[in-house]
Amino acid sequence: MELTAARRRAAGVPAWRFGLYAFCALVFLFLMAPLVVVFPISFSSSPYLQFPPPGWSLQWYVAYVEDTAWIDATIRSLKVAAATTVLSTVLGTLLAFGIVRGRYPGKEALNQFALLPLIVPVIVYSIAVYGLFAQARLIGNWHAIVLGHTVHAIPFVLIVVGAALRTYDENYELAAMSLGASRLGAIWRITLPQIRPALVSAMFLAFISSFDELVVAMFLGGSNMTLPKKMFDNIVNAIDPTIAAVSVLQIVLVTVVLIVVSKIGAGAGPSR
Amino acid sequence: MTAAVADRPAATATGTAIWWRNNRATALLLLAAAPALLFLLAFYLLPMMLLLAQSFEGGSLKAYEKALTDGLYVRVLIDTMLIAAYVSVICLALGYPVAYFLASTRPPWPTIGIIFVLLPFWTSILVRTYGWMILLGRNGIINRFLLDIGLLSDPLPLLNNLNGVLIGMVHVLLPYMVFPIYAVMRRVDPALIAAAEGLGAPGWQIFRRVYFPLTLPGVLAGVTLVYILSIGFFITPALLGGGKVIMIAVLIETQVRQFLNWGFAAALSAVLLAATLLVYVGLRRLFRSDLQWS
Repeated sequence: MELTAARRRAAGVPAWRFGLYAFCALVFLFLMAPLVVVFPISFSSSPYLQFPPPGWSLQWYVAYVEDTAWIDATIRSLKVAAATTVLSTVLGTLLAFGIVRGRYPGKEALNQFALLPLIVPVIVYSIAVYGLFAQARLIGNWHAIVLGHTVHAIPFVLIVVGAALRTYDENYELAAMSLGASRLGAIWRITLPQIRPALVSAMFLAFISSFDELVVAMFLGGSNMTLPKKMFDNIVNAIDPTIAAVSVLQIVLVTVVLIVVSKIGAGAGPSR
Repeated sequence: MTAAVADRPAATATGTAIWWRNNRATALLLLAAAPALLFLLAFYLLPMMLLLAQSFEGGSLKAYEKALTDGLYVRVLIDTMLIAAYVSVICLALGYPVAYFLASTRPPWPTIGIIFVLLPFWTSILVRTYGWMILLGRNGIINRFLLDIGLLSDPLPLLNNLNGVLIGMVHVLLPYMVFPIYAVMRRVDPALIAAAEGLGAPGWQIFRRVYFPLTLPGVLAGVTLVYILSIGFFITPALLGGGKVIMIAVLIETQVRQFLNWGFAAALSAVLLAATLLVYVGLRRLFRSDLQWS
């Protein structure tokens, strides 16, 4: 091992490695390009898609803030995502405990069942739940979207919190109980704080999966649009750079949340 | 403690008390799982079952017959599977070298590479689709650039056709290929490669006979994941296909929204669901070990 590494160093970086780096640089360019181009367009002074923009302005940001339809859609999406986060984190964490700690037959089947929404195509689920909620006259109600999004967020919470529980040393909990804590007290005061990074990641996943989700919201939202639906309509009907401004705001929001999450996640964990 | 809950009929009050004392932990854990399971039964399984029931409208298989024999719809099914196959192959061709880059470079390069893969992954699909429209249009940035430097005399048809759909889908699905392969590559024992080198195998042979077979589980996981997600794609073909690329999800949506043709949409959904589960179960058969992509 040592020898081959030394030999390789002596021979310099082989040519195929340069090929690999060049290829990967192109793939990274491909991955970043559609994100990057949105920025200059959002500051364009032209109502048309011109590149490079003929001049700079903030008019599309102003247009976004002043248009009540955009703002309503944004607030609705934030509301739906927040409610989905709370509901799916509570349900998913309880489920993770029930499945990871359980010693009963059929728990693997339960696990598979709860993960199914990740595999089943969203379009199939969307029309299914649309059919059901149309009969219950729930279309256009934002609570209905929360229910649909929670179905898709529970598997994320189950995977992330379940993984943390599997590697968690239950002896901490037993130690607390031997010192007089009840089982629930020990879970609340000892276990949950120790798996906090996983809980934070799970909440982040649940929030983003709901905030970005289009298809379920398209069917269940009726005329009450969420932000992705409003963006979809904007793309289909008329391309006006307001959506570029919205896109930039969304990229910035996700980046900020991602940084915050990694900060909370990193500082909170036990030595691992 | 490990006995099945259903195996213990609690006939008498004393029986219940004894059962409770013996199985308290299991009972509490089932109780913890119950809210989520009831939620999924009511808002997941129930609507799916009702939808599947609708596909047998009037107790007949007419809707399925139409979906699986009418040339128009068979074409859509085949196109969907072909597009999913193209996307999987392209993702593999792009994703395998990238995964190898992440697994084989020294810090800080892996972190930088992962950020390049994760940032788009976390960005809304709509934002990215809009970005591609800016790039790929007739007057888009790419065509402008190629025309300006004189490489082209006519703009390339990149948008509102299969090209646009493939580019958009590969962009969305590439991270799903990179991460499983990267996870497997990180576990490959470098001593095996060194051994092959020590025995005098040329580089290409080491890759073909040692490294690639070792990373095959990641490749299969990535390909399956990308294929499964591809066949159900809706947003990208709807926006970048310009109405010319009809994938099955787009067909289902129009059947419900425009024609209110529930029976047929339900049958198409059942076909899509069956195809998805078939590929998924096939993968799980291949690997008994846990292939969760977390």
